[in-house]
Amino acid sequence: MEMNDPFAGPVALAAGLRDGTWSAVELTTHYLERAKRLAPLNSLITLCEDSALAEARAADERRASGTAGELTGVPIVHKDLFCTAGTLTSCGSKMLANFVAPYDATVVARLREAGMVMLGKANMDEFAMGSSNENSFYGAVQNPWDVQRVPGGSSGGSAATVAAGIAPIATGTDPGGSIRQPAAFCGVTGLKPTYGRVSRFGMIAFASSLDQGGLLAHSAADIALTLPAMAGFDPQDSTSSERDAADLMATIDRPLRIGLPREYFDGLDGQMAAAIDAVRTQLEQAGHSVTNVSLPHTDLAIPAYYVISGAEASSNLSRYDGVRFGHRCEDPLDLHDLYTRSRSEGFGGEVKRRILTGTYALSVGYYDAYYVKAQKLRRLIQQDFLAAFEGVDALLAPTTPNPAFPLGNLTNDPVAMYQQDVFTVPASLAGLPAASVPCGFIDGLPVGAQLIGPHFGEATLLQLASDYQNASDWHQQHPELAGANP
Amino acid sequence: MADIDLDKLSQLAQLALTDNERATAAQDLGRIVELIDAMGGADVAAIQPMSHPLDLTQRLRPDAVTAQVDVPRFQGIAPEAQDGFYLVPQVID
Repeated sequence: MEMNDPFAGPVALAAGLRDGTWSAVELTTHYLERAKRLAPLNSLITLCEDSALAEARAADERRASGTAGELTGVPIVHKDLFCTAGTLTSCGSKMLANFVAPYDATVVARLREAGMVMLGKANMDEFAMGSSNENSFYGAVQNPWDVQRVPGGSSGGSAATVAAGIAPIATGTDPGGSIRQPAAFCGVTGLKPTYGRVSRFGMIAFASSLDQGGLLAHSAADIALTLPAMAGFDPQDSTSSERDAADLMATIDRPLRIGLPREYFDGLDGQMAAAIDAVRTQLEQAGHSVTNVSLPHTDLAIPAYYVISGAEASSNLSRYDGVRFGHRCEDPLDLHDLYTRSRSEGFGGEVKRRILTGTYALSVGYYDAYYVKAQKLRRLIQQDFLAAFEGVDALLAPTTPNPAFPLGNLTNDPVAMYQQDVFTVPASLAGLPAASVPCGFIDGLPVGAQLIGPHFGEATLLQLASDYQNASDWHQQHPELAGANP
Repeated sequence: MADIDLDKLSQLAQLALTDNERATAAQDLGRIVELIDAMGGADVAAIQPMSHPLDLTQRLRPDAVTAQVDVPRFQGIAPEAQDGFYLVPQVID
């Protein structure tokens, strides 16, 4: 096999598998070796050498017997928040450093059924709480474009894995920007689907009304090929949408109306604004029209998000008590000591901070002032989007206010870290699908343009992103990595 | 700085903070509360709270036995289990 392009995506790899250019075992061997050479990036928590090769052999047998699907034999990495039967699922936490899930998440099971080969589990911010991947029990992840900088978070391991060519595609989750922000920082394409589009069953919960699984890959076409295999109704997830996933494959071939939300551009860095303006120009040249819109409650999204997500986290993470699974303290004196010491030893600093924030917002005397108020603001923010979508098909905005920042720069300033999510949190609160596509570089670091669509408008977003990527090559630019080659 | 009773809060959250963690937590929580206090100015009196982005209703399924919990498999990952029970420190003398 000649695997000259480590940055080939599922579309190209599936074609090569189909026409016999390479086998699944050859592909898997190639990526496993590259993963080992690039281990210093720390983008993976677990590398599944033996099981990946076994899955690859099974994929080749399926192909030989004529029972293979489009994705059979294509390798993938899962964020270490998706339960994987028989393989460590740590969620980036000491609390789950010994947790081998007894079942597969629906996302994992569906992609396994499609024949995708799981290469390993990606590093992440602990319990998906973070914007820099510095909150992992397994250590920070390096950005492949500059190893002194963060890859973004919380799906930073997934983004760095794809950016470095360690895997052609990776799953991620995005409660408030955790796919889009690392995708922008690492120069890859990321999609957070509509809330309810992808099953949460077996996805370790952080904020249940916000958590949503999605994908990171090099191109929108790669995501469009893979997403239908993992999306769709799941009776095991009480908030799974019953909407048919078939519309994900719809072709949108009409000119689209794109809105620029002016609140996202007030005070925006000049180079970032220029990068987004260039995207606007290329979309106009592709036949789409652009107009200004307003989302007046945008500045309230960050406080509302950190109240709601903190409240849901404090509730969800109450299950970690040292009794049924996960970390348990040594020699507990009594039940209270068991709970308190197991949790205090098992959780890292940011997780404790979010639990305390949520507990505060839910406590007597503060519930209405914080939690209920945040829920009301959430409705206003959603109403802003719904009003905008009466006049446009999608929105174009920056994904982040800046490129990747140096490791350690914001670790002592949680509020500044939270502000990194300023452009991604609003769509999350409204449950909308949103993508980030590479759109240029600032000081040698990639930046992303965000496309936000109406509920279940993934096909529109992927079409727009593909139109843009057909006219640009930012997504085809890749980092030069020391030690990448044998 | 917001009036935060860290003792009560950590007790509610079942967390024991070290002295260092207490100092940092007090400062950080104070700043986070300042951040979320920015919600205070918005007039939301006539707005219904939104707990879910899709306004779904809870789905019901037929009242029939479905998947059975495999107790030995689930208790195989427990810190301490015996005879189908999870073991914890003695609660009642």
